[in-house]
Amino acid sequence: MNYFLRGISVLTTVSMVSVLAFSLPSGQAHGDGGDYVLPQLKNKNWQQECSSCHIAYAPAFLPRASWRRLMGGLDQHFGENASLDPATQADILKFLEANAADSGTSQMGRRVMQSMGAKDAPLRLTETRWFTHKHDEVQPATWSRKSVGSAANCAACHQKAEQGRFDDDSVRIPK
Amino acid sequence: MIERFFLGGLAMLGMTSAVALAAETPASLMARYAQEAGIPVSALSADRGAALYRTDHPGRDAQPVSCASCHTDSPKQPGNTRVGKRIEPLAPVANRGRFTDAAKVEKWFRRNCQDVLQRECSAQEKGDFIFWLSQVK
Repeated sequence: MNYFLRGISVLTTVSMVSVLAFSLPSGQAHGDGGDYVLPQLKNKNWQQECSSCHIAYAPAFLPRASWRRLMGGLDQHFGENASLDPATQADILKFLEANAADSGTSQMGRRVMQSMGAKDAPLRLTETRWFTHKHDEVQPATWSRKSVGSAANCAACHQKAEQGRFDDDSVRIPK
Repeated sequence: MIERFFLGGLAMLGMTSAVALAAETPASLMARYAQEAGIPVSALSADRGAALYRTDHPGRDAQPVSCASCHTDSPKQPGNTRVGKRIEPLAPVANRGRFTDAAKVEKWFRRNCQDVLQRECSAQEKGDFIFWLSQVK
């Protein structure tokens, strides 16, 4: 066998092994893409209304009790009036509860719940222990850069946040 | 035969008016707010609308706040929310979708008048505001 053919067979074997190795562990037990990729969810009101001022934060970032508190106080939503008509508000809350961190529908939610007290119901997902742990290497000065604005602006660094992808490869911290 | 034409015509008329109901225009909203305020459309004022947009009011942490705080000094430019998300321009000349959906317009007047003025806006203020924005060139 000449070196060319041998090279091709080695390459083929390596790529098949790596395809197997990388495809097996992800999403085999859960319907989502693991720790960093959220399930693709569809709810028209959630997508439209919650993304008016910020990205539509995934329900898996907070437990049900948090979403109930948050949706019950939309007229004073972190200092702004974000009130909705009652039918839209009820539809969005139902969707958030069905897919919340403690609903058991995503791996991301399980991770969030691991560091959450049983009675905790934070309003800001940036104040969950899971979030602060994940971002402990980010300096305070980075958060307050004009190009970032605040920790609530996920898409400033997570280029694919709006598609629910939070893996390290898609992170680019702006200057 | 004539009867069939007549019925077809009626059906088409019905469809046209349904479409007209769904899609508002800045002018039709101005007319609606003027009527609600009990004044003729000609009594709306673009100058008052511009003042409403630009006037500062005491906001959170005693920082002055106005419509321009988020929408920028020029309503033809995109603005930014507090979290940092882009707001499409308010002036119809730069954003044709503005003031074409009555429910959306009411939702944002309700929220933003409370945030900036700490009260609801009157029907006349809403009419003035749309009048000014719709004649921005």
